[in-house]
Amino acid sequence: MIEASHKQPGYIAALLHRLAGLALAIFLPIHFLALATALNGADALDAFLNVTQTPVLKFAEAVIVVALALHMTLGLRVLAVEFLPMREHTFLTVSICLAAAIAVGLLFMLNVG
Amino acid sequence: MSESKLLHVEVWRGAAEGKFQSFDVPRREHQTVLDVVTQIQREQDATLSYRFACRVGMCGSCAMVVNGRPRWTCRTRVSTAVKADGRLRLEPLKNFTVVKDLAVEMTDFFDKNRDAKGYFEPHKSWQDLSQRQFEIVPPASPQRQAADAGIECIGCGVCHSACDVVAWNEDYLGPAALNRAWTLVNDVRDGGQEARLGAISGSAGCHACHTHMNCTQFCPKGIAPTYSIAGLKRAMVSRALGRSAR
Repeated sequence: MIEASHKQPGYIAALLHRLAGLALAIFLPIHFLALATALNGADALDAFLNVTQTPVLKFAEAVIVVALALHMTLGLRVLAVEFLPMREHTFLTVSICLAAAIAVGLLFMLNVG
Repeated sequence: MSESKLLHVEVWRGAAEGKFQSFDVPRREHQTVLDVVTQIQREQDATLSYRFACRVGMCGSCAMVVNGRPRWTCRTRVSTAVKADGRLRLEPLKNFTVVKDLAVEMTDFFDKNRDAKGYFEPHKSWQDLSQRQFEIVPPASPQRQAADAGIECIGCGVCHSACDVVAWNEDYLGPAALNRAWTLVNDVRDGGQEARLGAISGSAGCHACHTHMNCTQFCPKGIAPTYSIAGLKRAMVSRALGRSAR
């Protein structure tokens, strides 16, 4: 049975915030390794960039964009809760954070085509 | 509602080790969860241990985990806590050492109030009798309003039971003690701010809060310890920048 305290919007927000952070932490070194292929010449980089044109990787890219947006919106929420003299309606603010992140992901997918 | 209807109740028996025992309790209108426990103890099994005193939401002694959620049982009606299948599962509060059945050891919890310097420390000037005068605290002042928002804590331990950080780090002062400290940070008559902010600045202090909001979600008195802790974090920043904490 999932505890009642783990079904609350605040906990879910914290969980998503950390998971998105983990995803970004795993993504970043891979990203730098990919950029480093340029050190071996333009062909090496192009060969790698061709791999990223597959639908699976394009989707993964969109997931990373959502993770980045989510990490930012939820981080801004925590900063607002802690540093602004305001009280939030947790369910509403977390929903807005999620919606904004998904909207960013959809926009990204529209542009990627 | 007819009394012939039965409520199926599972109650934790034992301490850290133990098991659930089942009871059937007559369902009554407006029955509270505490009424159910009392019925079991008086009519079915006198060895059941639990704690209560005032029965009206003032003393903070009857908190338990009801169907997975920490609650004050004297002010929780069965109808709001019961599952759709008519079951009620009663456990002792989480993050406390269980003494027996539904009674938990509260000593560490109350000690944390002391450790967070959650007590009034008069200004130096008050120690000199000739200097004593009434301190005016306007009810509408921001400090008084901030203190008011957190002052009604009854020390029931519901927030402590719901807090994930307490579960991860038993040294963490917890939402109740930090909320208490925040009310005193806003007490203009208090002269112990340096020691207080020092006491709550460590790894077990206000910065350990992860803003999960569980305490705020579950506090039966509607207090929002998350915002009190946020206030302490701001006070710390102000102190670090060399400004007054208030």
